[in-house]
Amino acid sequence: MQTNTLKRFGIPLLGALAFLLLWELATDIGAVRPIILPSPSSIFRELASEPAWFAEQAVFTVGVALLGFGLAVIVGVVFAIAIVEWPLLDRLLFPLFIALNSVPKVAIAPLFIIWFGTGAEPKIAIAALIAVFAIVIDTALGLHSVPPDQLDLAKVLRGSRLKVLLRIKMYCALPHMFAGFKVALSLSLVGAIVGEFVSSQKGLGFAILTAQGSFDTPRVFAAIFILSLLGVALIGALDVIERMALPWHASQRKATGH
Amino acid sequence: MAALDRLSVQSFAPGVVPERAMISASGVQKRFGGPTGLLALESVSLDIAEGEFVSLLGPSGCGKSTFLRCLAGLEKPTAGELLLDDKPINGPPEKLGIAFQRDALLDWFSVLENVLLPADFGGYGRKAYEPRARELLAMVGLKDFADVYPSALSGGMRQRAAICRSLLLEPRLLLMDEPFGALDALTRDQLNVDLHHLWQRQRMTVGFVTHSISEAVFLSTRIVVFSARPGKVAEDIRVDLPDDRKLALRDTPDFIRYAHHIRGLFEKMGLIHD
Repeated sequence: MQTNTLKRFGIPLLGALAFLLLWELATDIGAVRPIILPSPSSIFRELASEPAWFAEQAVFTVGVALLGFGLAVIVGVVFAIAIVEWPLLDRLLFPLFIALNSVPKVAIAPLFIIWFGTGAEPKIAIAALIAVFAIVIDTALGLHSVPPDQLDLAKVLRGSRLKVLLRIKMYCALPHMFAGFKVALSLSLVGAIVGEFVSSQKGLGFAILTAQGSFDTPRVFAAIFILSLLGVALIGALDVIERMALPWHASQRKATGH
Repeated sequence: MAALDRLSVQSFAPGVVPERAMISASGVQKRFGGPTGLLALESVSLDIAEGEFVSLLGPSGCGKSTFLRCLAGLEKPTAGELLLDDKPINGPPEKLGIAFQRDALLDWFSVLENVLLPADFGGYGRKAYEPRARELLAMVGLKDFADVYPSALSGGMRQRAAICRSLLLEPRLLLMDEPFGALDALTRDQLNVDLHHLWQRQRMTVGFVTHSISEAVFLSTRIVVFSARPGKVAEDIRVDLPDDRKLALRDTPDFIRYAHHIRGLFEKMGLIHD
């Protein structure tokens, strides 16, 4: 157990520490100019100088990303169920959906500012828009992944469509859905930053943009550092939720040794 | 040779049964993929009486599973007539029991919840059937596994649970499509015995698809041998063996004569040879 924990966390941590050390050394001997690449210590000093301010920006950005993600989950799952359950809707709407998705979302961002103003709403909308595609695709794929025997069984047992959906199809889809959620969650963070780049007075994207204006590279890096931590933490949280939501799946993986 | 004589006397023409038919098939044909598609069943005519244990035996791809799926209402014959209690089969009949080669257990429900699925889906109420579900699980030795996920069970235990599920609603008709095909030989023997005991208690009508000769002889009161594709009935054999069957029955001369006779049929079809 102890060697396992060491293997799981110790070795990656060692890699990260070695990387930071090399970086610190490279900047200390003056191989890289601080305005291009500030040393890790100066980045941490920057973070420590105004922790409350950074925390405020981070909370705003995470809030936007999570609300956008939540919206994408609701809209994406409902849309996927609709197109899987009613093939006519699939033929009617799916090509349109693909076409809409192929528009670069960054290009739509200014439009959302016109529609929703300069508050949090347009950023949430952009985050949701970027995230929703992965959720629709993976949920639809999952709903189609029911083994034929189980569908035959459901038919013989004369289950209603709602029961087949809720007792069989949704459970079959869950592992696929979580794979989509993970992609979507990372993308919603990207969407939040994109939204803040276009117009904002708040958030980590705003912090990066204003710091860039005054060539405050350590502050840019500090914000990026927080963003990368947030990304890891959010995906980690989703992993925990997945394990709780799919207990049969987790035990199966353990049983087969994965 | 008395047994063989009896055997040939009691081989009877398709469509002629001594009792009132529960299932009546006449000229059932199934073609997949349009008028020029694959002919899976050519023309199957046979009646099955209430309480019979009928094995549908034949080589792979002979249409025996297709015929079973027609009985289950999962496929529609492209020609001919298929009646259950004198009414055409349009979709799955009420309270039908079914078991597949793969157990089709739902991994996300406990064993008990899986066994209760027919009550839930059919709208008969899970609470009302819980005592019966537990009783069935106890009968096949799964009493202590009611609350675990199916992934904790071995292949044989999973198939036992699936059989409990198929019997939950006390079906008059139980259809099984090679339910033991994926199991090892020992587990298969044990499940044959278990199924025989369950059938003795409940006396439901069983349609049992298999390609194992000894399994068919051991379990059945009647064996319908299918010829290779396109499927039709090659021979209809009444199995006149004791009602209370033990594994040792397979070593008796009577049993061996039945098995030998059926193997002879397959040799004549050119399906097996020395």
